[in-house]
Amino acid sequence: MISYNFAYLDEQTKRSIRRALLKAVAVPGWQIPFGSREMPLPYGWGTGGIQVTASVIGETDRLKVIDQGADDTTNAVAIASFFKRMTGVDITTRTADATIIQTRHRIPEHPLTENQIIVYQVPQPEPLWRLIPERPVAMRAHALGDYGTMYVKLYEDITRFGRVASAYEHPVMVGDRVLMSPSPIPAFDNPKMDRMPALQLFGAGRERRLYAVPPYTSVRSLDFSDHPFHPGRADGTCTLCGSTTSYLDEIIMDDQGTRRFVCSDTDYCSERQDAKEVTP
Amino acid sequence: MAFVATKGGEEAIAAAHAWRADRRHGDGQGCTLKQAATSFGRAIDRVMAEGALYDPDLAARALLQAEGDLVEAAFLLRSFRATRPRLVDSLPVETGNMRVQRRVSAIFKDLPGGQRLGPTTDYSHRLFEADDGEQRFEPTLTAPPAETPCRIPGAIRILGEEALLEGVPLPHDADLPPDLSTTPLRFPAERRVRLQALARGDEGFLLSLAYSTQRGYGNTHPFVGELRMGEVPVTIAPPELGFEIDIGSIVVTECQMVNQFNGSKVAPPQFTRGYGLSIGHADRRAMSMALVERALRAEELGESTGNPAQDPEFVLSHCDSIQATGFVEHLKLPHYVDFQSELEIVRAIRAEATMPTQHRPTQHRQEADDDLV
Repeated sequence: MISYNFAYLDEQTKRSIRRALLKAVAVPGWQIPFGSREMPLPYGWGTGGIQVTASVIGETDRLKVIDQGADDTTNAVAIASFFKRMTGVDITTRTADATIIQTRHRIPEHPLTENQIIVYQVPQPEPLWRLIPERPVAMRAHALGDYGTMYVKLYEDITRFGRVASAYEHPVMVGDRVLMSPSPIPAFDNPKMDRMPALQLFGAGRERRLYAVPPYTSVRSLDFSDHPFHPGRADGTCTLCGSTTSYLDEIIMDDQGTRRFVCSDTDYCSERQDAKEVTP
Repeated sequence: MAFVATKGGEEAIAAAHAWRADRRHGDGQGCTLKQAATSFGRAIDRVMAEGALYDPDLAARALLQAEGDLVEAAFLLRSFRATRPRLVDSLPVETGNMRVQRRVSAIFKDLPGGQRLGPTTDYSHRLFEADDGEQRFEPTLTAPPAETPCRIPGAIRILGEEALLEGVPLPHDADLPPDLSTTPLRFPAERRVRLQALARGDEGFLLSLAYSTQRGYGNTHPFVGELRMGEVPVTIAPPELGFEIDIGSIVVTECQMVNQFNGSKVAPPQFTRGYGLSIGHADRRAMSMALVERALRAEELGESTGNPAQDPEFVLSHCDSIQATGFVEHLKLPHYVDFQSELEIVRAIRAEATMPTQHRPTQHRQEADDDLV
C-alpha cells in the first residue's frame, strides 16, 4: 500500500516552500521562484495554491476551499477532499471559522482577520505578461520599477472605450513599489486586498513562482487621478438573500434567456438567509 | 549488421519484421482486439481523429499493430481510408441533436440543461489506485448514475440573442467545403478549410500552440462557453432517393470558446468565437483546436499578429502528424549520394581556405562583393 506524508508533500519540500514564502513576505509582491512539484491535480487546477496550503497547514487548522466564491463547486470540492484525505484537518465552509482559506477567483465578502491566511491560486504571476511575453524582459522592468507599458495600456483603454477594459485581474501596486497580479479576481475584490489584516499568499505552480502580501500592506489598484479605479459588480439584487452589495453570479433560468442573480459567495449568502429566518 | 550497404535489403527487412512480431506477441499473453477496444478508448479516439476516419474497431486494430504508437496507428487508418471509394457525402452533423453525455459551461454557474460532468477525470486525484480488495483512494459509485444522455440546448445561444457574441462566420459560398484528403491545402485558406486541417492535426502540436497563446504569444482572452460530448446522428440524403436516412451515429466532442474582443476600427466590442470539434471523447484536442482556430482569426479581426499560433501558413502546413512524422523520420533513409557531393564541396572549400593568400582563386569573388556594397 502506497502511503503519503501529512499534507502529501515530504517535509523537505514543504520546508523549501516555506523558505520561499518567507522571502516573498520580506519583499511584498515580488515573484519568488520555487521548486514547484507535480501535484495529483492538473496544472491550472490550483497546484500552486495547493502546494502553498500544504506547506503551511498544521493538524489544528480549519481549511476552507472556494472556487468562484463557492465551497460546493467541483474544483473546490476536489481540493478540499484532497486535503481532508491527506491531513485529516477539519474542512469548514464558514469564512469566520477558517484559519486557512484557499481560493480561486474570489475574496470572501466577510472581512478576514489577523488569525487567517488566504491562499490564492494564480495562473499567471507575471502582471506584464500580455504586454511583455518574454519573462527576462519583464523581470528587468520590475527591477527598474519601469511600469510605463502598463500605464500606457490603461491609457489606451480609456481613450478607446472611455474606461479601463480589464474587469478581472486588474493589476495592483504593492507597497508603492512592486506591480503585482491580484490573480483573476474581479476588480470588485481588489480593494479588499488593501491593508488586509490577514496574510495573503499566492501560488503559481505551473509557472513555479510564489508571492505574498503581508498583513496591513498597502495594495493600490492601478489608475489615474482623473480616471480613478472603479470596482464593478452586476447591478442587481441577490434572489436568495437580498444582498445589494455582494458580488453576483448571473444564472440563466430557461431557453428564453430569463436571468436572475445570486451571491457568488455561498457562505455569505447562506449566513444572511439563516439570519433572516431567525429574525423575520 | 549494416542496414543497406549490400543487396541484402530484402532479407534485412524480413528480419526486422520478424523481430517486431516477436516483440509484439511476446509470450502470447498480449492484449486482444477486444481488450484494446475497451481499455484504450481515449487512444482510439485520438487515432481516429488524426487518422481522419471514424471506425473504432479498425482503430483498435491499428493501435495493436502499431504497438501503441498513436501516430503510426493513425497512419495505418489514413492509408486504409485512401483505398475506400467515396459513395456519398453525409449532411452536416448537427451537434444540437447530440445525445449529451457530458456538457460543461465555464461562463455560467448554472444554465438550462445543467452542468453534466459525464465520464471525466477532471476532478480525480492523480494517485495510483490500489489493487482490488484494498481501500480505494476515490469514493466510487458501484454504477454510473441513472442520468441518461439527452438533448440539451446550446449554452452560448443566449449571448448571441443579446448580440454580445458574433454570429457564426459564414463560408464564402454554400458549396461543399473542399476535402483536404483529396484537395491540396492552399493559401489563403478559408475558415472551414482551416477547421478541417486542425480537426485532424497532431494533438501535441495543437496543444502546445494553444498553450503558447495563453502565455502571451497571441493571447485570445478565452472562456469555455461550452464543451459537450456525446453521440450525434449521421444522415445521408442520396439524390436518387430524395429523402434523408440516418446511417448511424458517432461520438464527438465540441468546444465553443468565447473570446473577449475589444473591437477594432470596423467592429464594436463583442465576444468572438473559436471553434473546436473532434471525433471521440477528446476535451484536450477540441479545446486546443478552438484556441488555435481563434488565434488564426487575428488578422481577420484586425488584431496584432506575428505570433506562431496566429500564422495560418505556419500552423496549417505543419499540423499534420502523418506528414510531419514522415518527413522528419525520412532523414534516416540513405542519403549517401547527396552526402558524397556535400563532402566534395566542403573538401574543396577547406582546401581553398587553407591555401596561402596569394594563391586563392576567391579574390575575384571578394571584389564582386565589394561592388555590390
